[in-house]
Amino acid sequence: MRRFRQADWDEPLIFELSRPGRVGFTPPKAEPEVCDAAGDIEELVPQNMLRREPPHLPEVSEVMVVRHYIHLSQMNYGVNSGAFYPLGSCTMKYNPIINEVLASNPGLTELHPEQDESTIQGVLEMMYQLKSWLLEITGMDDGTLQPAAGAHGEFLGCLLIRAYHEDRGEIDVRREIIVPDSAHGTNPASAMMAGFKVVEIPSREDGCVDLEALRSVVGEQTAGMMLTNPNTLGIFESDIVEIARIIHEAGGLMYYDGANLNAILGRCRPGDMGFDIVHLNLHKTFSTPHGGGGPGSGPILVKEFLSDFLPVPTVERGEEGYYLSYDRPKTIGRIHGYYGNVNPMLKAYAYILSMGPEGLKEAAEISVLNANYIARKLMKVRGITLPRAPERPRKHEAVLSASEMERETGVRTLNIAKALLDRGLHAPTVYFPLIVPEALMIEPTETEPLEALDAFIEAIEEISEIAYSKPEEVLSAPRNTAVGRLDEAKAAHPKTLCLSWRMYRERFGGD
Amino acid sequence: MPHPYIPNSVSEIKEKMMEEMGIKSIEDLYADIPTEVRFEGKLRIPGPYTEQEVRRRVETLLGRNRRFRCPPFLGGGVWPHYVPAVVDEIVSRAEFLTSYTPYQPEITQGMLQTLFEYQSLICELTGMEVANSSMYDWATALGEAARMAGRLTRRSTILVPYLMSPNRLAVLRAYTEPVDMKVVQVDYDEVTGLIDLEDLKEKLSDDTAAVYVENPSYLGFVEEGVDAIAEAAHDIGALFIVGVDPISLGLLRPPGDYGADIVIGEGQPLGNHINFGGPLLGIFACRGEPRMIRQMPGRIIGMTTTLDGSERGFVMTLQTREQHIRRERATSNICTNQALCAVAAAVYLSLLGPNGLRELAELITSRAHYAMRRIGELTGVRAPLFSSYHFKEFTVSFEGKSVEEVHRGLLERGIHGGKSLIEEFPEIGETALYCVTELHTKEDIDLLVSALEEVLG
Repeated sequence: MRRFRQADWDEPLIFELSRPGRVGFTPPKAEPEVCDAAGDIEELVPQNMLRREPPHLPEVSEVMVVRHYIHLSQMNYGVNSGAFYPLGSCTMKYNPIINEVLASNPGLTELHPEQDESTIQGVLEMMYQLKSWLLEITGMDDGTLQPAAGAHGEFLGCLLIRAYHEDRGEIDVRREIIVPDSAHGTNPASAMMAGFKVVEIPSREDGCVDLEALRSVVGEQTAGMMLTNPNTLGIFESDIVEIARIIHEAGGLMYYDGANLNAILGRCRPGDMGFDIVHLNLHKTFSTPHGGGGPGSGPILVKEFLSDFLPVPTVERGEEGYYLSYDRPKTIGRIHGYYGNVNPMLKAYAYILSMGPEGLKEAAEISVLNANYIARKLMKVRGITLPRAPERPRKHEAVLSASEMERETGVRTLNIAKALLDRGLHAPTVYFPLIVPEALMIEPTETEPLEALDAFIEAIEEISEIAYSKPEEVLSAPRNTAVGRLDEAKAAHPKTLCLSWRMYRERFGGD
Repeated sequence: MPHPYIPNSVSEIKEKMMEEMGIKSIEDLYADIPTEVRFEGKLRIPGPYTEQEVRRRVETLLGRNRRFRCPPFLGGGVWPHYVPAVVDEIVSRAEFLTSYTPYQPEITQGMLQTLFEYQSLICELTGMEVANSSMYDWATALGEAARMAGRLTRRSTILVPYLMSPNRLAVLRAYTEPVDMKVVQVDYDEVTGLIDLEDLKEKLSDDTAAVYVENPSYLGFVEEGVDAIAEAAHDIGALFIVGVDPISLGLLRPPGDYGADIVIGEGQPLGNHINFGGPLLGIFACRGEPRMIRQMPGRIIGMTTTLDGSERGFVMTLQTREQHIRRERATSNICTNQALCAVAAAVYLSLLGPNGLRELAELITSRAHYAMRRIGELTGVRAPLFSSYHFKEFTVSFEGKSVEEVHRGLLERGIHGGKSLIEEFPEIGETALYCVTELHTKEDIDLLVSALEEVLG
């Protein structure tokens, strides 16, 4: 097993590095004529609007800022800098360097969104083509790249469902969105954001939709259903055609949560399964980096009959080139100040070019091969099981359980996660989906070599052995990370809550 | 051929893995997909191309975007600003760039501490006590702020200025309509552009959840009446929401000083490239009362200690507000946000410090005033249209020529002028919104002025 020690710089807050008078960056000086024209700034600004006291920002020299944030970066873990990042449902595939190089081109980074169309033909073409490729990949007819993240796309998708029923005069009746109990938490939250009531239905043993339960809740009040396929257990909903039929017959729409698309690229398409609305996560399936929590990009793709409701503007192609079209009389309006997260779009564009149709299909297949390889090896590890239809193949991810280990040794999934960190491996998604106790949701992706899969399996085997012999060693993990286990209760407790340096100063004094 | 991004695409490796798993073919793993939904064809997308080919294609494509001698004189919600080299260096670090949301805090202290610092810096800048770790952009931050005000007051009307950004107004409507909130616009004073206080008072009611102002306003002038607006809003039990350009706060009074309950804004100027309007950085801060904090949307990072109390550390906190725990009862559905843009903002504000930010804001406002004076001196031009103090954006009205004619004339001369307001606010005539920042030198402004002079003939 590889040794691992994360950097631990005991790094102060940037505020604690401050000394009066230091500067990290100097803006240019105004030219004399400019100064003359403006006169005394303090006279220029209305007296009641002038800032009398400068903000308490830190005063730090450039070198100190650089070291501070490089130290902090060294106390972080990325898919390109780490060794394995099997975070289930997050599709942490390698983020290709070339895409970063291309996306830092000033021909993109310095473009203003209100520029004359004749001066932005390159970026419009990129957006137009990217959308058309995503339509082909998903089997849909039209769409928008405006949503800035997957959940943002879900919100838009639910607004489209709303607009559709409103247009048909049925919105007062169609108030309910159906989601399975295994759904991502964003699904019910997005439906709520769009003003719907959420109806949760229980899953079958294999995590798939229970058709009887579904039939029992659909009706004239059904606005739609949100579903991910493969589901959050990594299992393909084989009844998908029947599910779509039930929803459509009830007058509802089918929404595809694209978080799990990686498994089926080039092998099947949501549009062919009966979905009416699809969101994708470019920061998952299409390799754009997640930036420690964003920016992502969550395009929404729809069937033709929903095209009129899409947000404006959309990029269209005319005789004189590409242009931004506002011509959608039934549009829901806008959900972003401009056109969405264009920079990640370019990275996804470059990624698709690098992969081509064969490459995307191969990515899907190897992601599935890798996930099943890990699942089959791990289900043999003492204390670990593969609950819910172990005989069925998984797709891009598998959800294992450590409840046996917990019962027998007291070592829980949480402890396994922390013990993995000690070995330089990121933990899987834990305690999700909620329908699996002590869940370990593992998604290796196709970009991991066999060696990394084996190292992960070996690490779990080792942790299991220690759990059954010296459990306290696992329970005290992690030790090799920048800090040990953190007190989350203290962080959230009203008496100790501290959300800013200002709150800290007010609470603990000092400057 | 094995693909460089797929290590196990080597056939011997695949076979070895399948053999160990006891399967014969990848098809076995897809056997449960019904035939009727299988895609048997080949996707009609280009590629695969090698890195060298991809680079050529993409660079050629981006070459079709035109660049100018100086940055466009465009603002309106995102603005051209200088991004210090240090910022780009830090946000390119693979440890930050390629990490996911910090779900495992012990191994992601770097991102967590940086986001805590970002929240803290935003609080100092805006004069608020709490900030979240980002929203998608200013417009969506506004949508979320309005909904938060609705939850807090159990009222359903939001009063907004007539002269606000139409894009942000559209997003506000999309966010508030599903929960039956109404957006009502308040008139402006035709001389100053400022909010008409009398009209505001008339429209305030016991259904007003919040009053929203933008400062500086969409058309660049500073809303001076904020104290009276805040008082009027609070008197009737409504919240006061203020949207800001954070750069202006080097010079202008922070909203926390004049009674803001929620401060939102666009953090793009803080070290983020314009990128054709995204990624952006939605600022979201509020007062520190527990009832407000509980209703905040988005990720919030908190300071804590290790379980043994020996060391300081940072975690995502108050997660019971969030979708993965509260599901349909969450305050918002947001999870992925704009964290890396917040990192950029933290680095940027740390570099500039209080003095750098003040100098920058002064430089910008000096240059803008120089530009306003020079442009205003031209025949057939009025700049600005309103008499109030302007920060970095200002209206330019033309007589005799249309905005479109002027725009074309400038383009021919290699300059991108301001944004036409003809469609957004036809009542103010042939008017464009110009923006001047530290990137526009005196020489650039002079160039613009002489080009305008030529175009106007």
